[in-house]
Amino acid sequence: MAEKDLEAKEKMELQTTAESTRDVPSYIPAVDIYESPEALTLVADMPGVGPDNVAIDVHDNHLTLRGTVTIEGEKERVLLQEYGVGDYSREFTLGRAIDQTKIEASIKHGVLTLTLPKAEAKKPRKISVKTG
Amino acid sequence: MAVIRWYERPALPRSLDVMGQLKKEMDRLFTDFSGRTASPHRAGVFPPINVSEDSENLYVSSELPGIEPDDIDISVEGETLMLRGERKLPEAGEGVNYHRREREAGRFRRIITLPARINPDGVDAIFKNGVLKIVLPKAVEDRAKQVKVKVQ
Repeated sequence: MAEKDLEAKEKMELQTTAESTRDVPSYIPAVDIYESPEALTLVADMPGVGPDNVAIDVHDNHLTLRGTVTIEGEKERVLLQEYGVGDYSREFTLGRAIDQTKIEASIKHGVLTLTLPKAEAKKPRKISVKTG
Repeated sequence: MAVIRWYERPALPRSLDVMGQLKKEMDRLFTDFSGRTASPHRAGVFPPINVSEDSENLYVSSELPGIEPDDIDISVEGETLMLRGERKLPEAGEGVNYHRREREAGRFRRIITLPARINPDGVDAIFKNGVLKIVLPKAVEDRAKQVKVKVQ
């Protein structure tokens, strides 16, 4: 894995009919989602977003991530622009019942990690079959 | 000038759109530092960068989410800036089942020829929320000078 060379991917701009109140583009963050027996973990790349600028909303089985970016350096003259700077937004439908009281989120170096513990009742239970 | 990259080209033309191909080639030749880009950039080399300037400094910015500052190596030699590093992604652990895997790990190396002479001793790099910003002070002789008009 470490031997691989990274390739640049173009940031995907969010296509939506809903108009934003902010005059900046919105991008779809790249995510990893993995599941363990206890929890669902979501990791999202949101460079430029700090801990105070993240909004996570879970409503029923609908998860919304939003990150806002402070645009800096507006007085500078742009010489080359290879990537766009803007907010992040992405929505997910959660397939499992999540214990909403135990959701944990942290952000470090522009990477948001969200741990969504599964609700007790939904954890797989092992049922042993007795011989009669 | 030399920050312009040679974009990936198919080995064989994918279509017989010769004029279209020619136009693309011409657009590429005439992309320059004045910000006039004939077509939007499609970056191939990691990491994509933004370059800007003011009267005193050049600024090179790049989004490097999840990369530890210790894993970023910046060096300046003459008018060449080299940006090198590795993105390591922590292992999720045993027994997990991936539903989506869009983030990637790997090494990167990029060499940028700067559009102005800089003072290498004053170069500063700030890493904030996964965004790297390199501040390169322009060499004194390359700074724009304000000329006052004297009234006689």
